[in-house]
Amino acid sequence: MSPRDISTRGDDAARADAPRGSGSAMLAFRLAWRQLRHEPSRLVAALSGVMFACVLIFMQLGFMTALLDSAVSLQLGMKAEVYLLNRTTEALWRSSPFPRARLMQALALPEVARVVPLYVGNAVWKNPVDGQKRTLLLLGLDPQAGLLALHGLTQGKLDMVSRPDTILFDERAKPQFGPIAQMLAEGPVRTELNNRRVEVAGMFAVGPTFGTEGHAITSEVNFRRYLPGRAFGEADVGAIFLRPGSDAQAVRDRLAALLPDDVVVLTHDGLVQFERDYWTQTAPIGFVFGLGVAIGVVVGCVIVYQILFSDISRHISEYATLKAVGYPNAYLSKVVMGEALILAVLGFIPGAVIARGLYALASAKIFIPLVMDVSKIVLVFSLIFGMCLLSGLLAIRKLRDANPADMF
Amino acid sequence: MDEPAIAAQGIWHRYGEGELAKPVLQDVAIEVARGEIVLLTGPSGSGKTTLLTLIGALRAVQEGSCRVLGEELAGADERTRVLARRRIGFIFQQHNLLGFLTARQNVAMALELDPELADAERLHRSDAMLDAVGLGDKTDALPAKLSGGQRQRVAIARALVHEPGLILADEPTAALDSKTGGEAVRLLRRLAKERGTAILLVTHDPRILDVADRVVALEDGRVVPAAPETGGALARGPAG
Repeated sequence: MSPRDISTRGDDAARADAPRGSGSAMLAFRLAWRQLRHEPSRLVAALSGVMFACVLIFMQLGFMTALLDSAVSLQLGMKAEVYLLNRTTEALWRSSPFPRARLMQALALPEVARVVPLYVGNAVWKNPVDGQKRTLLLLGLDPQAGLLALHGLTQGKLDMVSRPDTILFDERAKPQFGPIAQMLAEGPVRTELNNRRVEVAGMFAVGPTFGTEGHAITSEVNFRRYLPGRAFGEADVGAIFLRPGSDAQAVRDRLAALLPDDVVVLTHDGLVQFERDYWTQTAPIGFVFGLGVAIGVVVGCVIVYQILFSDISRHISEYATLKAVGYPNAYLSKVVMGEALILAVLGFIPGAVIARGLYALASAKIFIPLVMDVSKIVLVFSLIFGMCLLSGLLAIRKLRDANPADMF
Repeated sequence: MDEPAIAAQGIWHRYGEGELAKPVLQDVAIEVARGEIVLLTGPSGSGKTTLLTLIGALRAVQEGSCRVLGEELAGADERTRVLARRRIGFIFQQHNLLGFLTARQNVAMALELDPELADAERLHRSDAMLDAVGLGDKTDALPAKLSGGQRQRVAIARALVHEPGLILADEPTAALDSKTGGEAVRLLRRLAKERGTAILLVTHDPRILDVADRVVALEDGRVVPAAPETGGALARGPAG
């Protein structure tokens, strides 16, 4: 036992140990950096691998959250406290109608102030410029109901859809629908919806979702004109406004017990979650993007592991020498982990910058807003960090092959 | 300082297990005084490298007593052996320098085991040691830029810089031509004598026998009387 080690066993052992531990970690980290820096081409190769994984994960997560956010943008703009849906409805864009009588039954509860039926259906829009036809999601409701609070939507505009064959149009709809906002600024916009003449009276903003490329709003009466096949007395979504001070969750529970089970009863949060769940679970999209993230992590793991493993293999005699002169295994493990962490950080930074550029490109080209927020940055960095950590831990097993007794 | 650098007795060592176990060391005893330079010779397979790894705490002692710098290695755990190695300087057949570190940084690695030492002090001592081996102008060179002899001198500096009580060297001249090899070993001898460091050096090389205070010969795992041509070296007896 060297005198140095005996001294740390004294009363101040705890104090003496702490700086030694961090000092040795710092030295191991410096050694890791020197080793990586020595071969710039290998370092660049390793960093591109991490960067690639980083960009892949960012894109997958970006699309996934954009999907989930855009899928519920309409629901988030609905103002009622409780909602009814047909039990077989899976998502708004493909909802099944249910008897409007259920809404009337809901009025039996004293907490219910009023009910608003909402009609939802797909209609074919003719681009007024080139005649190209595209499908949009048409919403029909009583313009006076005050159900929708969407960006750019005013009561004045809603009043206009009471006129026959008049709609409000989604200004964030894909450009293939035509430059409607610009045309409206210059004069009246007239075209066809489901082969019936239509006039755009004003604009609001929702934007495309994964279910539809654009939205339009009109009155109940106009809705039936464009979708005449709809049975009278059936609605797609039932919005229930409660009296002030009512407990939405309690009312939901009582309504669920009261109404026949051809409808489901949801709170506002429940409605948003219902739509979100459809896209993450029922539709394979959530799974597909989740798989994309997993593949990114696996690819990154394999690349980092390969780099670290071959680094150890090529330097096995040097590592064995370090063991021979008295470096413990733990120190060499710190060196390998140091390399893994340097790769994680140096690969993540350019990866995030590239992903940011691709986000801007995607937002401009496909009109699905990809947002790089702090939570996403933290999540992706954690994944990359964990990926490098795991690769480092796997590569460390190779250090056991560095046997100092073989050095002679 | 009364205790010898190496005091080993009744060392037995076997590779393999059970019926197939092959004894490579049989009842070996060796003693090296502080500051003494001892050469270990013998044909290949005689067990000299095994003996060196036992003394260097690189391998667990199976049977017998092996005291190195006052520390009993028989029955010592891995941690004790790691600590024991830090008080020994190692020189290998190959220089085994870290290719991504400069000569100075390679030498300083032997000092980084004590993280409390200031970095400036580490580099200062490394430079002084490289100066002592005649490489004062090569401190910033990477090993790839040095000749074989220069690399081995860096390795000698690394083995000496942390002031070990004992140097273990395995065929340090094997990778060098006879002139360079002879120079390296004489340099090692001079520096060790200046510092009072004991050396146990395994070699086949008859041209460097004259650096030794004493020669120990192994054959088939046993210590045998040294060959006649080493008589002159033997007669000088232990130094220090």
